[in-house]
Amino acid sequence: MIKFDSVSKRYSGGHEALLNVGFDLGAGEFAFLTGHSGAGKSTLLKLVMCMEKASGGQVIVNGKNLNRLSRRQLPYFRRDIGVVFQDHQLLFDRSVFDNVALPLLVAGYSNEDAARRVRAALDKVGLLKKENQNPIALSGGEQQRVGIARAVVNKPVLLLADEPTGNLDPELSAEIMDLFEQFNQVGTSVLIATHDMGLIDRNKHRVLTLEQGRLADSEDAA
Amino acid sequence: MSRNASSSSVVGRKKANKISWFQQNQETAVDSLSRLMVEPGSSFLTWSVIGIALALPVCLLLFLQNLQQLNRSLDQAGNISLFMDIAISEAALENNRREIEAMEEVLTVTAISAETALAEFQATSGLGNVLENLDENPLPPVLVVTPAETALGSLPVLAGELDARPDVEYVQVDLEWVQRLFAIIGFAERLAAGLALLLGLGVILAVGNTVRLAIENRRDEILVMKLVGGTDAYVARPFLYTGIWYGIGGGLISILLVLIVFLFLSGPLSQLLTLYGSDYSLAGISVSNALLLLVTAGGLGFIGACVTVIRQLKNIEPA
Repeated sequence: MIKFDSVSKRYSGGHEALLNVGFDLGAGEFAFLTGHSGAGKSTLLKLVMCMEKASGGQVIVNGKNLNRLSRRQLPYFRRDIGVVFQDHQLLFDRSVFDNVALPLLVAGYSNEDAARRVRAALDKVGLLKKENQNPIALSGGEQQRVGIARAVVNKPVLLLADEPTGNLDPELSAEIMDLFEQFNQVGTSVLIATHDMGLIDRNKHRVLTLEQGRLADSEDAA
Repeated sequence: MSRNASSSSVVGRKKANKISWFQQNQETAVDSLSRLMVEPGSSFLTWSVIGIALALPVCLLLFLQNLQQLNRSLDQAGNISLFMDIAISEAALENNRREIEAMEEVLTVTAISAETALAEFQATSGLGNVLENLDENPLPPVLVVTPAETALGSLPVLAGELDARPDVEYVQVDLEWVQRLFAIIGFAERLAAGLALLLGLGVILAVGNTVRLAIENRRDEILVMKLVGGTDAYVARPFLYTGIWYGIGGGLISILLVLIVFLFLSGPLSQLLTLYGSDYSLAGISVSNALLLLVTAGGLGFIGACVTVIRQLKNIEPA
């Protein structure tokens, strides 16, 4: 699902964010990406969803070589990938429902079809009753769940999450992790960037550790 | 298992009931318009700016159109009167008439015999009794030449040619008035064209700037749309419709302004024309021209939005 082949990323300032990173995440696999702040977790995720391009090496995601992905193909590539952002990236000028519906509208779903899928996704994250509220009125954990609903509403083959439990207490974190487990069980590949070691210890999955832009031992905890 | 699951999700996506490109456009168009209606005050300001910018050249063009119509209705203005040799025979007069009428620059020629001229003069001058006492008719026969429209610009040349004919004693043409009118129309046409060009450019810039602000206001939304797979076309579409709606709204206001201007002017102007002995009435903007104006305005709005959207949206990339 994700294949990094000696990937490097150097920013225009000269900062080397990733150095010779190589790993392979199979379809349906669940993995954590960890490391200290500034180790390159966010950069790696950005490369996977093609927000940045690698300076060296090959990035292949969902069968597509991102080095050769054209600007025109990029949106279609992103429709197959669900992303949960640390800062949620919700729009506060519209309801929870409309936020979750955005990926479907963008892909041209009819309103009825979109509504059905949005309700299913909101039901999954337990927010069906709050579909008409503005996300600004929700708690941090609820906002995060809206973000997750939006990430999965289009049934992506790959789910990325950047510190999804960053600002949440352990109980909420566990709930969120449980959601990711459920999506993984129906076949979605999951890659979660986090520095929360407790979270990693509680969930026995493969761990990719970044240290100053290099991939340390990739242990299989499962 | 995982492979099955992921391929089934692809199948699920294919089964999805997608809406057509046309429907998407329709929805976006309506959505863009309703967004403008949410802030009627500021939208109206933009519409007014565009409306005034468009109304100015349109008024000028209509004025010119009227002037040209008026010129046609005052058709004697460009006529050339040929006073013939007083001794000319009727057959020779008719010959001359035919020959001149056959010229390319000439539309028609009317012959006024010496007798007719005298009768007319007696009837209109009030000198009937005096004239009756004359031994012979002092008036020469006259040929009234109506030039073809194409020759109106070069009347002096035509007059010279006619003057060279042996039977023509004297050529009279109200040249100055015709020439001046043509010079004025020519100048005003240039002015209107230049003004239209400049103000059209102004409309494009005004819409472009307004759309630029709209894009800035929706920056977060654009970022999220791009993150969840919105194509450039999808992201750009609402702003292009915004431009079109600004243009069309401005076009409507300009039509309104033109109508007001004509109502305002038509009273005094028809009075003026009556004093000049013309029954010409002012022609306002026709329905087809009004539609053309709307389409043009919408087009200008679209261009203005395009220019901004292409420049602006490339800079808004999630990073």
